[in-house]
Amino acid sequence: MIAIAISAGFVMISVAILLNAVRLFLGPTRGDRILALDTMVINAIALIVLIGIHERTTFYFEAALLMAMVGFVGTVAYAKFLLRGDIVE
Amino acid sequence: MDLLLISVLPFLGALAVSLAARWTRTAQAIIAGGFTLAAVLLLVSKAPAVLGGQVIGSRLEWIPALGLNVEYFLDPLGLMFAGLILGIGLLIIIYATFYLSAADCSARFLAFLMLFMGAMLGIVISDNILLLLVFWEMTSLSSFLLIGFWRHLPEGRQGARMALAVTGGGGLALIAGMLVLGNIAGSYQLTEILIAREAIQTSPLYPVALVLILIGCFTKSAQFPFHFWLPQAMAAPTPVSAYLHSATMVKAGVFLLARLWPVLAGTDLWFYLVATTGLVTMLLGAAIALFKDDLKALLAYSTISHLGLLTMLFGFGTPMAAVVGVFHILNHATFKAALFMNAGIVDHEVGTRDARRLGGLVHLMPIAATLGTIAGLSMAGLPPFNGFLSKEMMLEEATHTVWGGLEWLVPVIATVAALLSAAYSFRYVAHVYFGPRRDDYPKAPHDPGIGLWGPPAVLVVLVVLIGLFPAATAGPLVQEVSGVVIGAEPPYFALKMWHGFTPALIMSIVAVLGGALLLWRHGSAERIWRALPLPVAKNMFDRFTALLVTTSRTITDAIDTGSLQRSLFVFFLVAIGLGIEGMSAGEYAAGARDTIPASSIDVIAWLALVGGTVAVMVSQQHRFLTLVYISVVGLVVSLGFIHLSAPDLALTQISVEVVTILLLLLALNLLPKRAWPTSSRTRRIRDAVLAVIGGGGVGWLSWAVMTRQPNDPISAFHWAQAKPGGGGTNVVNVTLVDFRGFDTFGEIIVLGIAALGIFALLETAARGASGRRLLAWKPDLIRSPERHPMMLVVGSRLILPMAIVVGLYLFLRGHNLPGGGFIAGLVFSIAMLIQYMASGFEWAEKRRRIERHALITLGILTAAATGLGSLVFGEPFLTSAFGYFHLPLIGEFELATALLFDIGVALTVIGAVMLALSQLSNVAQRAEKIEHVEHPMDIDPSRTTETNL
Repeated sequence: MIAIAISAGFVMISVAILLNAVRLFLGPTRGDRILALDTMVINAIALIVLIGIHERTTFYFEAALLMAMVGFVGTVAYAKFLLRGDIVE
Repeated sequence: MDLLLISVLPFLGALAVSLAARWTRTAQAIIAGGFTLAAVLLLVSKAPAVLGGQVIGSRLEWIPALGLNVEYFLDPLGLMFAGLILGIGLLIIIYATFYLSAADCSARFLAFLMLFMGAMLGIVISDNILLLLVFWEMTSLSSFLLIGFWRHLPEGRQGARMALAVTGGGGLALIAGMLVLGNIAGSYQLTEILIAREAIQTSPLYPVALVLILIGCFTKSAQFPFHFWLPQAMAAPTPVSAYLHSATMVKAGVFLLARLWPVLAGTDLWFYLVATTGLVTMLLGAAIALFKDDLKALLAYSTISHLGLLTMLFGFGTPMAAVVGVFHILNHATFKAALFMNAGIVDHEVGTRDARRLGGLVHLMPIAATLGTIAGLSMAGLPPFNGFLSKEMMLEEATHTVWGGLEWLVPVIATVAALLSAAYSFRYVAHVYFGPRRDDYPKAPHDPGIGLWGPPAVLVVLVVLIGLFPAATAGPLVQEVSGVVIGAEPPYFALKMWHGFTPALIMSIVAVLGGALLLWRHGSAERIWRALPLPVAKNMFDRFTALLVTTSRTITDAIDTGSLQRSLFVFFLVAIGLGIEGMSAGEYAAGARDTIPASSIDVIAWLALVGGTVAVMVSQQHRFLTLVYISVVGLVVSLGFIHLSAPDLALTQISVEVVTILLLLLALNLLPKRAWPTSSRTRRIRDAVLAVIGGGGVGWLSWAVMTRQPNDPISAFHWAQAKPGGGGTNVVNVTLVDFRGFDTFGEIIVLGIAALGIFALLETAARGASGRRLLAWKPDLIRSPERHPMMLVVGSRLILPMAIVVGLYLFLRGHNLPGGGFIAGLVFSIAMLIQYMASGFEWAEKRRRIERHALITLGILTAAATGLGSLVFGEPFLTSAFGYFHLPLIGEFELATALLFDIGVALTVIGAVMLALSQLSNVAQRAEKIEHVEHPMDIDPSRTTETNL
């Protein structure tokens, strides 16, 4: 049962990443691209956890944790740059 | 060991004085003087043994494989010079303390002086010629700092540069000469070389070694035709001139002549090179000195003349001449240092040192006049002062010397030089202190305090004492030192005033009377001198350096046009060429190793990676978009690391990615947001072709490597040894902090330097032309009115403690599981960067406690201390120790010294990242000129309620 769930998960995340990539490259606005990148990071976190479940190891979870914690910083910085130009003012 | 202590005392003093930079001037002088005095006392305690014929040595291995060891020895020659260096150094420290004005940074001055003193001391007690060369270069560098001490004066800077160019250039020749000499003798140890006279003088390389060594000596001792730097160096503060040009710097060359006299002297080549140079320099220096109105310039040329005299004496190659040379070194040091200090007093109290504007000072400054007159008459060679004794002995030696079959040549030139020397000495005395009193002195002259006249007075007392009782005061020392210089028992000599009616006495009388006569007719003599078409050495030097600069600039411009595209093109072309050459010589086919099957998710990640890369290329003119696409590449690479089981790398990649993007965005703010193409279409096609070949080549290379099974990989060792050898199970971390700890140590230093480089570059960018451009900068983006959104502020505050916990967690487990100091440092930095971003630089900066530079220093010092700690236990640098401990509740845990090292890594990373951020942000602050805000966020509900209710 879990094997099927994992396979389904992989398929869904793959499609999601693909769609993120499409939005990222097509745009059209810069806001779209930033959001697409942010969503891609979230999908990457999911992917890492899924790989961990699949391989029955907790070895990669720190990477997922770190990505979850600092991944949004880049998004914030991009957005702040668009809004103000200076990200640390 | 005492010798080692003596040799390091000046350097320790330099360090101590620099650390006391904020203390009073008196305290600094006491520190510098204290260290010098300690060295003097140690030296004096050794004197009886050394003069009794014992040679004291001490030895410490440094780089034995190169023959470079810290080997010192103290013989009478070294003792005499060390005594002069330290003794006069002590007097100069006192004198300088009173001489420098309040605006001069005395800590810097004294630190430079102590550095120079240490370097000079090293030269005279080195028993290893490689070590001697190290100190020799050190004197060139530290004298550069001293001569250019008043860096606001262009003459000071030029003089310092010229001194460095000439003495440093001569130093290069000396290095070559010494290496040849060491090669002939089969040892770099001076005491070994000194007994290899036969081997050296019969060697076909003897002329080569001799000429190279002499170039080194002549440049240092300002011999013709390298004499021109010394007068230019007079732009230095007078204490520096008094020290460098009487007893130390310029005597280094003479010292080396004396030191190597036993093995190099005695040949015709030596005689004609050294004696002739000395003779010419002596005459030329004395002649120019007579017509210099600036007292320091007069003394400078007189120094050149006296150095010529010394060189000539050693050049004669006879034992008796060497004895006279040794005696005159002593005498010259005493009266010349006194005279320089005297000239400094005149300059200090009267406000000018132009002889034409001076005169009649004897009643106004009786003490200075007495001291100056005695030292001046000694320089003129009048009895009963010490200058008379050695000059008379010199003339005596000159009468015995035949130059190229001409018996009269040397005596006549020596007499003329002595005559000129008497004339300029009389001029110094007469035109400064005697003659009518004037009423147009720039300042009201009066005698200075004892701080200024005390030090020269000590020397003048010596001048008189040696003059009156030469055999009792200087006799034993001269006897012993000449013994060393000659390398055998010195011939019988008597240091006394009256030698009977000898030819030398007649020459001496002629010189003194002629000198007086010449001074009487100084005006007419000067007119004749001015009419002579003499070349000016400084102009020739300037033309020569200008020629060097234009030549090298032409070559540089031909190679490097300043176009980055072109440089990169050449660089890649060469790299690809070498790659093709290497691949065609070796195997380039794909290997036979089984490949890992690619799942659908792999393919999609790969597509995202390729898409990101292509997007970066396509959008490269839109810089912001490029940054967004680069993030995709970074993300996929992190995922790749996880997929291929490299969690450490993944963690590093994730955190580095964030920091990089932040710093790039900060920089992009002030840059144009679009990059317009600069090269032509054909150029771009050419570059594209090159890029495809290069990228394809590297790709193929990776493929060829990765499809092969590595034979005997080094990783096997690391896997096997990580736990037993390093105490950790995380091989990556154990490699970083233990097996390759020294590399990591170097790398964090590089990181620190890079951060300081960013700091320095951006610090200067805020000034001058780029600073003005920055002020004229206008924001090119539409700005939202919201500066510090509440959501972001609240979120970032929540993240801070969590991120720090995660950072600590990653740090602590790093030795055994993925993590470690580098990653932890980055996570801490990100946690703080978010605060800066959310509430602004101003607000966050107020809450910062530790200086960022200090963090870098602290990190590197922690790592260094950990490494050095192992030395205490007799283990090599950076050997780590670890142990397992058990505590109730926590259970078993490991403690390793590598953890301390990792703390150093983390601190350096934090310092470097934060320094780069703050500096970039600072520049932006300066350009934007937006008003400061006190509050952490734009809208704060608690604030509104206060004001509204």
